[in-house]
Parts: sequence; structure tokens; C-alpha cells
Amino acid sequence: MPKWFMPLAAINALMFAASPFLIANADYEATMGLVQKIFYYHLPSAWIFLISAIVCGIASARYLFRGSPRHDRLAYAAAELTVLFGAIVLVTGPLWARKAWGVWWQWDVRLTASLMGWMVAWAYLLVRRYGGPGSDKLAAGLALFGMANVPFVYVSVNYWRTIHPPTTVVPTLPVDMGAALWFAVACFLLLFVLLLRLRVHLEEQRARLDSLYLSLDE
Amino acid sequence: MIRTAWLILRKDLTVEVRSLEIAYTTLFFAVSCVLFFAFALVKEGKAPEDGAAGILWIAIAFAGTLALGRTFERERQSETLRALLMAPAARPAIYVGKLLGIVALLVAAEMVLVPLVAFLFQAPLLSHPLWLAAVLISGTIGFAAVGTLFSAMLVRARSRDVLLPVLLYPITVPVIIAGVRATAELLEPDVELALVRFWVALLVALDVVFVTLALWTFEPLMTD
Amino acid sequence: MSTIDFDALIAEDVSRHFGRRRALSKISFQTRTGSILGLLGPNGAGKSTMIAVLATLLRASAGSVRYGTHTAPASGAALRARIGILGHDLFLYPELTARENLAFFAGLYGAADANAAADAALTRAGLGDRAHDPISSFSRGMRQRVALERSLIHGPRLVLLDEPFTGLDDASTAALVARLGGLRDEGAIVILATHDLDLADGLLDEALFLRDGRMVDTVARPGALRSTYRSIMGRSS
Repeated sequence: MPKWFMPLAAINALMFAASPFLIANADYEATMGLVQKIFYYHLPSAWIFLISAIVCGIASARYLFRGSPRHDRLAYAAAELTVLFGAIVLVTGPLWARKAWGVWWQWDVRLTASLMGWMVAWAYLLVRRYGGPGSDKLAAGLALFGMANVPFVYVSVNYWRTIHPPTTVVPTLPVDMGAALWFAVACFLLLFVLLLRLRVHLEEQRARLDSLYLSLDE
Repeated sequence: MIRTAWLILRKDLTVEVRSLEIAYTTLFFAVSCVLFFAFALVKEGKAPEDGAAGILWIAIAFAGTLALGRTFERERQSETLRALLMAPAARPAIYVGKLLGIVALLVAAEMVLVPLVAFLFQAPLLSHPLWLAAVLISGTIGFAAVGTLFSAMLVRARSRDVLLPVLLYPITVPVIIAGVRATAELLEPDVELALVRFWVALLVALDVVFVTLALWTFEPLMTD
Repeated sequence: MSTIDFDALIAEDVSRHFGRRRALSKISFQTRTGSILGLLGPNGAGKSTMIAVLATLLRASAGSVRYGTHTAPASGAALRARIGILGHDLFLYPELTARENLAFFAGLYGAADANAAADAALTRAGLGDRAHDPISSFSRGMRQRVALERSLIHGPRLVLLDEPFTGLDDASTAALVARLGGLRDEGAIVILATHDLDLADGLLDEALFLRDGRMVDTVARPGALRSTYRSIMGRSS
């Protein structure tokens, strides 16, 4: 593990410990009150979910066309994190929705596309696990198609009138809400980088083990 | 390149016409799908009228998955896919040939399904035939574009029967949604053609993206 | 698409692994036009894997294969046009007739008149009278003959055969042996993977013995293959 890992992990833990205080200090939102505060974890998770899908897609493309195992390891790790952060989004979202909109779920474009993107990430993991030999390339192909879904999710709310708040909300937030939000974003981003590094490290160990087995045969 | 695709398409059609195995079984499966859903959703002896569009597209998706599986199972039999890959032809041409074959098969199935659904659900599916054709063809191409690529990739994989739907359905959700919404709109008494045009435009855009992506990735995905 | 040709096949330290399993380990050999090289060894020795690598269907994990001055990644499709492969799985469509199969592949390989090429191939195989029967109605030996013609229909420089004698009766075997000799005389490079030593006897110009993915020995102009095989394989590794 690189030298920066442990210190940054410690810092990240502290940031997460501090975030509830920042969140509590932020103004109450006009219509939804306390429940709205879940937004501070929901939105960063959603961004990381999308970023993770993009990282997986780009790494998969480079793996497909260059063949370097490093990119394959990165893609696999990013896919797992897409499932993880997607799960956070899909749990925090409905929890908020139940209180704010009165329903657990709505079949509008953004929710549907997000669920679909999450399922693509699951499919990636299933293929890697059960596809047998050659499944690394198969999964890479899948990830590329999944990545095409991402801009669709992000942009969709702007083109369909739906219950879900559009993307113009974020830049217009008042200052202390903005502060809490961006701090949470920083927390999640750092967490993402740390988890990615950890997961890639595991894959690197596996690869080293494989090559050791192989050299045993020499 | 076009010549290769054409040769493969012609070969597939010849093989299919000999036994019509895939055509008959796919068609029968699609029809039983429609009936199955209709029965499941029947209330007080009447099938739900709004269900027509959804049921039509689900039947197309399920039948398409079956047809894809069977078509590539044929190529797996004598490892003929390997023989195709050995030919000096450009690899994407193989993809195009196979894609056209699948689309032809699905369109043939749709020609039976549409009247069936119209009949069972009293749905005026044939009121705007050109628009419906546009919706069906662009949707079928989108579905088949992804399906052909994934099926070809899965030929040498384990658990290929189960993995095809696992891979295919999440990716083709936008196609299915657009197809259903467009078809449902066409069934309304006051059809808003602008809306239908929008969905068809979306389908065409999806087709372009998927086919381009498939052509681009077919070669690296097929080499070991 | 330009046509290329080569007069030698050089494999250098070709290795291939699948995960932790080593299928091929540093295989090296050279062969020229007008020769038949045998890849001999027990099941699981890596013969089929080597054939796949030589056919450019599989990439080597390490090492290289040179076709004259060309390599697979650089020359791609043009190289494939000069390689013919007869696999264990015959590569024929059972629902199509013999003629249709041959015409299809002839067209795929860019023949100007696919039907004429197919007819010529059928005559060479001695199956002219069964031209319009579906492959599914053929015996194993007849299918093998069609499959062989299919692999040769484009006049390849390199001919790869993986266990071609499986399931053949004496007459078909003799015909195949004669055909391979003819190919060698025409200047092709023939590489034959088999575990059937009696048949390979007298046919091979060179023999490469494989075991567990490793090259155990090479013998030029091998005679009395069975005893040679036993003595080579019997040596402790």
C-alpha cells in the first residue's frame, strides 16, 4: 500500500465524523425540514456512482484496446464501487422520497435509468464471477455499453418534467447548505479513491499470486 | 466488407429456411408470451387495454433473447464461428451479417405479433402503420444490435444461457422504454405525433450509438 | 487487401497461460515450405493450443510467431487468407449441402467464382455425386473430406490440422495421407497435431514432442515413431 493511504484514510474518517455537525448547522430547507438533510449524503453518493461507472467504462475501453491487466483491475474495482455507491443512492433516495413525495419509488426517467445503471454494474460482477475464461473481456464490453447510460441519467431530468429535482438546484444553494454539501462531496470522493486503491491492491495481490504459481511451473 | 455481411446473411437465411426451426419456435414462444401476459392480467374477463404496448414489447424482447441464443448455438455446434473468424474478412462484417439476420427474424415475428396483440386487446395498432413500422424497426435494431454483440461474445463463455439476459436486459431498457412509450402513444385516440417523433428520434439515436459501439468493440471482444 | 506470402514459419519461445494454468511453455521451432511437421504428445499436452496460436486465433502470452517476415498483430486479415485450418470440430454447417458449405467459404475467402471453386473441391474430394446432400447425412469420413477441402479451398500456404485422423476408416486415412503428401509437394507448410503415432509414421518430415505444454524433443526425419516416442517420453522430466 502506498504511503499516503493510511494518513488519508485517517483524515477521511475524521471528515466523516465531522460532517454531521456541518449538516446539522446548515439551514433547514423550506418545505421538507429535517428529512431534506439526507440530501447531503444522497447527492455525493449519486455523483460518485456516476463517476465510478465512467471510471469503469474508460478502464474497460483501455483494457479492451490495449490489453493491459492494470486497467482490467481498475475496471473490476470501479464496478464493485459502482454497485456500492449505487446501493447507497438507491437506499437514501427512497427513504427521502417516502417523506418528501409520499411514495417510495417513481418510475420517472432518472430513477429508472439509475436503477438500470446499477443493474449493469451487478451484471458486470456476475459475468466476472460466473462467465468462465474470457469473462474479463466480456465484462469490459458490457461496461462500455453501461457507460453510455451515464450522460443519459444525468441529463434526463432536464428534459422530462418529473418529480425529481433538476440539476439546476445545486449551483443555486445558499452558502451554508453549499458548504455542507461540498464538504460531504469531498468526504465521499476521498472515500471513493481510498476504496478504489484498496480494491485494486487486492487484485494486484491476486495477479502476483497467479504469476508466482505460473513461475513455479518453469 | 458488405459482400461478407451479405454472404453471411444469405447463409443464415438459407440455413433457417431449410428447417425453419428457429422461426417457428421463436414465433410460438412470442405468441405464448403474449397470451401468458394477457391471461395473467385479465380482470373480470377483460384484458387490460393499456397493456397492449407493454406486452408487445416484452414478447419481442423475450422472443429476441431466445432467437439470439439459438442462432449462436448453431454457430457453436461445429465451432463455425471460429471458422468465420479465421476468414480474411473484416470482423465487423461478421457482426453486421449476423445482426441483419436477427433483425429479419424478429421483424417476421412482429408481423404476426402486431395483429395478434391488436386483436386480443382491441388496440388500434394499425391506425398509423408507417409510424408503427418506424417504431418497431428502430426498436428492433437497437435491441438486436446489443443482443448480437453479447451473444457472439458469450459463445465461448460458461453459463451463457443465463448470462445473455443478465447482460442484455439492463442495457436495452432505454430501447424498450422508448418503444413502449411510442407504441402506447400511437394507440391513443388523439395521437400526438410530435411525441411519437421524439421517441423514434431517441430510438434512432440509440441505434446509432449501439451499432457504432458494437462495430468498434467486436474485433477486440472476439480475439482471445 | 493485399496478398502476402511467406516461406518459413518461426515460433520463438511461445508461451500461453490461462489464469494459473500453463498451457504452453517456451515452444520454439522453425519450418519451411514443402514440409510436414508433426506436433505429437498425449492428451492435454498443448497441441490444440499451439495450433490455435499458429492459426492466429489465440494470442501468445509470451514469445512470438513469425510467418516469414509477417506477424499476426501486424498483418491480421491478409495473413488469415494464407492459413487453412482443419479443427477437431470440422467447421461445417450441417443444414447446408456440401456444395453450399464449400461455396460459402470460398466466397468468404474472396474467390471470384465461388460455385466453380466448390465444384472443383468436391471433385478433388471424390464427392461430386453427393454435392447436393446436406452435411448432416454424411458419414464422419465424408464430412472430414469436405472439411479438408473447405480448409484448402483458398490455396493456403500454411495448413494446420488438429487430430485429422479421428474416426476415419482405412480408406479415408490413406486418402488423407496421400493428400497431405501432395500438399507438401506443392510447397505448403503442413503442421499436424495428433496422438496417433502409427499414422504419422513415414508422413512427417519433422516431429515435435510435447508434454504438459513443454517441448520435450524435436526429431528430424523420424522413423519408427512409436519407439522414438516411448524413449523420448519415457525420459524423466
